[in-house]
Amino acid sequence: MDKRFGEFGGQYVPETLMEALIEIEEAFNKYSRDSIFVKELAELFDTVANRPSKLYYASEMTKDLGGAKIYLKREDLNHTGSHKINNVLGQMLLAKKMGKKKIICETGAGQHGVATATIAALFKMECHVFMGKEDVERQALNVFRMELLGAKVTSVDSGTGTLKDAVNEAFRQWTREIEDTYYLMGSVVGPHPYPIMVREFQKIIGEEVRAQIEKIEGRLPDAIVACVGGGSNAIGIFHDFVDDKKIRLIGIEAAGDGIDTEFHAATISKGSTGIFHGMKSKFLQDEYGKIMPVYSMSAGLDYPGIGPEHAYLSSIGRAEYYPVNDREAVEAFEYLSKMEGIIPAIESAHAIYYTMKLAREMGKDKIIVVNLSGRGDKDVYQVARYKGVDLDAQ
Amino acid sequence: MHNRIEKKFKELKDNNQKALITFLTAGDPDIDTSYDVVEQMINNGIDILEIGIPFSDPLAEGPTIEKASYRALASHTTTDDVFSLVKRIRENYDLPIILMLYVNLIYKYGIENFMKKCSEVGVDGLIVPDLPFEEVEEVKELAHDVNLLIINLVAPTTKSVRLKKIINKSEGFIYCVSSLGVTGERKNITTNLSDFYDRLRTETDLPLALGFGLSNKEQIDRLKGNWDGYIVGSAIVNIIALYGKEAPTHVGNFIKSLKD
Repeated sequence: MDKRFGEFGGQYVPETLMEALIEIEEAFNKYSRDSIFVKELAELFDTVANRPSKLYYASEMTKDLGGAKIYLKREDLNHTGSHKINNVLGQMLLAKKMGKKKIICETGAGQHGVATATIAALFKMECHVFMGKEDVERQALNVFRMELLGAKVTSVDSGTGTLKDAVNEAFRQWTREIEDTYYLMGSVVGPHPYPIMVREFQKIIGEEVRAQIEKIEGRLPDAIVACVGGGSNAIGIFHDFVDDKKIRLIGIEAAGDGIDTEFHAATISKGSTGIFHGMKSKFLQDEYGKIMPVYSMSAGLDYPGIGPEHAYLSSIGRAEYYPVNDREAVEAFEYLSKMEGIIPAIESAHAIYYTMKLAREMGKDKIIVVNLSGRGDKDVYQVARYKGVDLDAQ
Repeated sequence: MHNRIEKKFKELKDNNQKALITFLTAGDPDIDTSYDVVEQMINNGIDILEIGIPFSDPLAEGPTIEKASYRALASHTTTDDVFSLVKRIRENYDLPIILMLYVNLIYKYGIENFMKKCSEVGVDGLIVPDLPFEEVEEVKELAHDVNLLIINLVAPTTKSVRLKKIINKSEGFIYCVSSLGVTGERKNITTNLSDFYDRLRTETDLPLALGFGLSNKEQIDRLKGNWDGYIVGSAIVNIIALYGKEAPTHVGNFIKSLKD
């Protein structure tokens, strides 16, 4: 299997981890072609994840904006409330086939951690989640949720106490217990084979969209929009359309306070090529290669790097990436809530904001599909705080 | 032309001695203290010096060296400051100097520039913990252009097929990771080290140096008889953490206790 996307990707990890990566790659190659594995995973997608997810015509939003027709891919309606479950089911089934009993993972907002804890409970696997200290504070509900599901949650206070530090700590833990532990990475980042493997378990999003939009509209969309942290929901919806060159693929990065401030996480817009977390990709770093602290109110997008396949798609001009800041994301969060009665994850709200702009610029004969990657229940508290509403006092 | 590392191991072997390789993070707590620590190490008889360049996310390190990295970054230590430190050491001493750093620091500096600078200031080798055998070529070619060695690591988890490949491409010495996990002191090393040694020795005549978790004389004495060198890192970094600017003499005494 090719380890790279153009110059991006690779396997830059300590020697202690290399054999484990090779073992995972061999297992993935074997089982992803195994008809029993494929059938079991399809059943899990159906019975556990609640797939296929709906492709929903956002009629009120379309009418209000007066431009292109907008469809929402409802990954928020999956079990555990986001697209993360797809990858977790795929990798957990793989880990089980490999005979592993212990799962470790990182989480940012907690969506991946919750999905992993949920399926670990179902599969009777021991589950240990690493989460940045700052994220533990801003997503306290998800921490309790994971513990309720039987997982152990470790708060990571090294570095900046966010997603990148949770990944560092998960790697460290993995080197300590490499022999019986599976690291279930949550996005299309990290060393080979994760970026490819996670994409393969997420590509069902785009495959469903193709069939659904063909059925409803009798044609393919003109643009597909998704938010990008590491980039798994975006790759998931993009992948099936990469060869349909006329369709614009648009990734939305978190601009935090704005890309002209120090407080953002817009890797493609402001980053440069480097090597970190096992991959060559784009990173926010200083002139010497030190990884920079990043900021977004969205814990799921608060990451200083991006999956190597996105870096590649950007470098060849196949996908476009634009920043959306906190204020704009909150605006879209409220807009979708009022307009369609759907509260989006603050991550997905970044993609919604850009779609609002894009739809106005495009004609009524055009179609945009946006990946509504998660639901927003987890973010209500934080958005209230952002708006200065003190929920604890009421 | 032989590299200083190769010459040193040969010289030690001819005298039936083992290499004491010691580590510190440059700039912890500041670059001048680092120079004084190095002088104390050298004056108390170390054979090879390993200098870590601080990095924001040292994911192969345990908390001891991770914190040293943060302290060094807090005193604004950059890659160029480390080059200046090496230059200053090289003006007075001829022992082999190895830099330990994460690959992004090389990549962002520009691989060719980085190697040129190493050669200018007198670096002899590099240890790059997140650059496994599979990814090393891009860096190694340019390192060889300036007579710089890339030291490979092998772990107890390294299986024989890859072990052979790694060993065949190794140079200088092989850094043998004593046990699973990140760097740091360990009360007990649970790996069967004599099996590990035998497995390696049947494949190569290169010097084998053991690292990760060695913290005292007693541990090191137990290894005598087979390994060609031992690497002491976290134990020294702990002394620096404890004494800060006053660390040099304490490190010197510790090195002395290892040599006695």
